[in-house]
Amino acid sequence: MHVPDGFIDAPVSVATGAIAAAAVAVSLRGARREFAGSGDAAGFGGERTAPLAGLVAAFIFAVQMLNFPVAAGTSGHLLGGALAAILVGPYTGVLAVSVVLLMQGVLFADGGLTALGVNITDMALVTTLVAYGLFRALLAVLPSGRRGVGIASFVAALVSVPASAIAFTAIYAIGGTTDVATGKVFTAMVGVHLLIGIGEAVITALTVGAVLAVRPDLVYGARGQVKRLELRTVEVATPGGPGAAKPAARDLPGDAPEAEAPPVAEGDRVPVGAGAPRAKGNRKVWLAGLAAALVCAGGLSYYASADPDGLEKVAHDKGIDQKTEEHAAKDSPLADYGVKDITNARLSGGLAGVIGVGATLAVGSGVFVLVRRRKTAAGPAAVPARETEAV
Amino acid sequence: MGAAGGTGHASGGGAVHRLYRAGGSAVHALPPQCKIAAVFGFVLAVVATPREAVWAFGLYALLLAAVAAAARIPALFLLRRLLIEIPFVAFALLMPFVAEGERVRVLGLSLSESGLWGAWNILAKGTLGVAASVLLAASTELRALLLGLQRLRMPSLLVQIASFMIRYGDVIGDEMRRMRIARESRGFTARGVRHWGVLAKSAGALFIRSYERGERVHLAMLSRGYTGTMPVIDDVTATRAQWAYAAALPLTALAVCLTGWTL
Repeated sequence: MHVPDGFIDAPVSVATGAIAAAAVAVSLRGARREFAGSGDAAGFGGERTAPLAGLVAAFIFAVQMLNFPVAAGTSGHLLGGALAAILVGPYTGVLAVSVVLLMQGVLFADGGLTALGVNITDMALVTTLVAYGLFRALLAVLPSGRRGVGIASFVAALVSVPASAIAFTAIYAIGGTTDVATGKVFTAMVGVHLLIGIGEAVITALTVGAVLAVRPDLVYGARGQVKRLELRTVEVATPGGPGAAKPAARDLPGDAPEAEAPPVAEGDRVPVGAGAPRAKGNRKVWLAGLAAALVCAGGLSYYASADPDGLEKVAHDKGIDQKTEEHAAKDSPLADYGVKDITNARLSGGLAGVIGVGATLAVGSGVFVLVRRRKTAAGPAAVPARETEAV
Repeated sequence: MGAAGGTGHASGGGAVHRLYRAGGSAVHALPPQCKIAAVFGFVLAVVATPREAVWAFGLYALLLAAVAAAARIPALFLLRRLLIEIPFVAFALLMPFVAEGERVRVLGLSLSESGLWGAWNILAKGTLGVAASVLLAASTELRALLLGLQRLRMPSLLVQIASFMIRYGDVIGDEMRRMRIARESRGFTARGVRHWGVLAKSAGALFIRSYERGERVHLAMLSRGYTGTMPVIDDVTATRAQWAYAAALPLTALAVCLTGWTL
């Protein structure tokens, strides 16, 4: 919520403006450090700050327009303070959110110009600092790894939003222009923002998780917590023999620090075409599927409506079905999905379902086995040139 | 050179270029730093005015109307942009019901007197503030605004960050739009909380793309000799006359404000 002009009186607006200016000045210096120290660009120093912080600000600006539907018709969006702090660090986070607020105020008249100090103090400063502090504190306690980072970012975002509401209430208590009791403002603001915070927490944790899965090195707050992804190679079945894998392994991205380490230890290679576990996995899925099919066919059709389904009913009502010829298999034991000579309609239907699944399965498997046999017969050479997995 | 007088090299694009209305008026021709300082001074004076001086806010509105007329900005454009205020109107309307203090009866409703004043205060000052910023954004080009902020001694690093944000805001917004189209063309519609995972993955991908674009932009700039500061090519200097012209708005507002306090 962007505070408009006139909500907070002039002296407090000026004071918060001074706080915001000081915070931004400190962040400008800190952001240079954050970017200078990041990863492979240690040599570049501070001049990375402007383009990168600018693009991060553009990202925050854009992601605030991404709608997350909540329920019928309502939707929310990310505030982004906690997300920015976790992804790019507290200083850059403060800078990015402040720049977004500044531009929203000057260009879009969203949030008053004199209230800029208030807005930056409670939305950029408090949110980001609380989120980052909590995030780091939790990481120290929680087990490292992706789950720890996920929980930490959830809690950090969850707390950061009401914290910003509390900061606003404090500013309001000092310089509010209206006569609403501070207690009421506190209850309303914190109550609403607790709800918003839950959404913010879920989205932040999911987003951090998504970045972590692809580029863990870009999550500033989780440096040293999550292993950098490694490029795994497998031996390719080529005439060159085992040595042939070496040149491929050397193709690692040159700028990544792992390039200096021996590419991948021999033992780390993923066994591709790992027959046993994969077949086992397949069998499990296959059995589960069969069980589900049987339950559906047998159990559910037991309870299914005996009324004709939609199309059948319409056809019947309109008299279309009078012309349809009786199905050729009408005298088959399964005609109209019931088993002959079993009088209990439901039991009969269920049994018919089970038999149907069994028959489908038999035919399907038969076709599959035939096709596969033919393929194998075509020659083992056609069978898989082994794939390379980059995990 | 007077901010190019709005000869219409409309930069920005996307959501931003709709804010600016090219024109050749005297207001457009003012150097941006004068306009920013004037608007800021005006808003500060408005905020500092006691709320009981109802007439003062009328005078402020007249002042802004005069500026809009001088800048030839149509009233409809201004009114449409004022809609951004609506959430606060709702908030202000709530005020008389929840505020403390003496109750007065208006149309059979028991309302708080100070709450009514509070609602009036927020509505009047908020609307004037929004109108002033809308006039500033409508009469000043985006690039000129950033230049003006730099002339007003905003740290150049901050100005650079802001200019990168503006420059790439549309690019990133387009990237997000393309991701949405990609999702929708695969049959995805976000209907509820269950779909947040997908949307959050998009947000994560958007972050990675933005950051990597930042790295590429940085390298491209390095290869063109960037050392951390942007060269100032078109420096906008303001003459004393221009400052005086721009100062007319905040000074009048200040006079109104002071009268409001003494009366």
